[in-house]
Amino acid sequence: MSSQAALLPGRRPAPSYVEDVIRTSMVLTMFWGVIAFTVGVVIAAQLVWPQLSFDNEHLTFGRLRPLHTSAAIFAFGGTALIGTAFHIVQRTCRARLFGGAPLGWFILLGYQFFILTAAIGYLTGVTQGKEYAEPEWYADAWLTVVWVAFLIAYLGTVLKREEPHIYVANWFYLAFIVTIAMLHIVNNLAMPVSFGGAKSYGAWAGVQDAMIQWWYGHNAVGFFLTAAFLGMMYYFIPKAANRPVYSYRLSIVHFWSLVFMYIWAGPHHLHYTSLPDWAQTLGMVFSVMLWMPSWGGMINGLMTLSGAWDKLRTDPGLRFSVTAVGFYGMATFEGPVMSIKAVNSLSHYTDWTIGHVHSGALGWVAFIVFGTMYYLVPRLWGRTTMWSTRLIGWHYWIATVGIVLYITSMWVSGIMQGLMWRAYDELGFLQYSFVESVAAMHPFYAIRMLGGLFFLSGGLLMAFNMWRTVRSQPETVGTDGRTVFAA
Amino acid sequence: MDMKIIHEMLATLWTVWAVAICLGIAFWALRPANRTRFENDARIPLNDER
Repeated sequence: MSSQAALLPGRRPAPSYVEDVIRTSMVLTMFWGVIAFTVGVVIAAQLVWPQLSFDNEHLTFGRLRPLHTSAAIFAFGGTALIGTAFHIVQRTCRARLFGGAPLGWFILLGYQFFILTAAIGYLTGVTQGKEYAEPEWYADAWLTVVWVAFLIAYLGTVLKREEPHIYVANWFYLAFIVTIAMLHIVNNLAMPVSFGGAKSYGAWAGVQDAMIQWWYGHNAVGFFLTAAFLGMMYYFIPKAANRPVYSYRLSIVHFWSLVFMYIWAGPHHLHYTSLPDWAQTLGMVFSVMLWMPSWGGMINGLMTLSGAWDKLRTDPGLRFSVTAVGFYGMATFEGPVMSIKAVNSLSHYTDWTIGHVHSGALGWVAFIVFGTMYYLVPRLWGRTTMWSTRLIGWHYWIATVGIVLYITSMWVSGIMQGLMWRAYDELGFLQYSFVESVAAMHPFYAIRMLGGLFFLSGGLLMAFNMWRTVRSQPETVGTDGRTVFAA
Repeated sequence: MDMKIIHEMLATLWTVWAVAICLGIAFWALRPANRTRFENDARIPLNDER
């Protein structure tokens, strides 16, 4: 349907792909991105001016914070992943999505329903109290249904592929879908108090509960925020740069070493707790070992540009993707360093962790999504470029400055906070009270909020650019009058 | 042989087994005979419109 280039010898024309679902997923991704960034700025402002919760229970930091994290990770990131998963699996397998548009719509809209159910729960005070796994049993059960459907659609498409080899991006997406299913089910095993009520009690207790929670939590980072977006990188950077990945063999080693090691890294969230010491050390060792596959993957992504670096000057969308890979390298260097127990004794429970998370979430995840969308959106709507390339450049620089303000302020604030907590006077008394450390962080909270405001402004520019692109006159229209993918 | 001994033996073997799989994958990926095949596979995204 979309092929404008001549077919390769011996190939049948590509089947008709499911695209409406992907187009909608792009719009929803942009919508959730703006929501997530806005709520982030609001809670950052609350930390500068606590009176901004207006004494309203629904607007307290404790309720808005999971709304922000879930909107960023699950709504913005997850919706982008569902859309790009459908795009990549169909094209690299040369097969129409298994279950067709109906199953695609069920997965996309079912997932949106989960997000709304979870979000309403957060604002009304319904929570399991598990970080990144706050939704209660009814939302968890619904997500399980949607996720199994996602696995069926993905696997079904892979199984009916015309392309003999399963391209490496699909391995990353499959690892993401399978592992998230496992983590989600095990961590959320719970017994509802009543069928009609929201409250439930988890199956796990004590330190086992903590370990399972961080086995879930860190692998949500490893398989949701890393593996899946690496799948995005392995497809869209070669597409945008118009050259194959630097080393396919390295991508295979990257994949297997990443999935072998990530699953063991969770205990580094529980250093100096009642978790057995050997388990803490195991988590630390695997976290440090993860540095190698992470940097292998970074080198593979960056070197794909080898011989095409000039494209970074002319294609600001690709600049987003390549900078994302740079941030991926930086965050995956910082993470292993922070997992070392001696470093963690300083960094844990401080703002340093928040800065680290955001160099990954803003620099890696959001930037790779922006780069992907700047490539995909115009083509999905039958255009070859976005409405304004100049605006993409503005977005890039505003967002980059925003991230730099964010992570540097959190480095200073976090390390200062850690040092203040452990400072003793000559008589062995703590030198600072807790509230003194809070007061010392105030200016850095203001800088962080400013960084977030920059990032949000960039997101609004993108939303405007996307809206204008979609509304502009299509360049490629199919024989049936519908816009078609512009290769 | 009680369960404890079986568990310890399997736990030890498991480590050996995991290392063997890792080495096997690395050998498969880096084997010179597979070079051309993987170079062609790397072109899948570039050829998906053709």
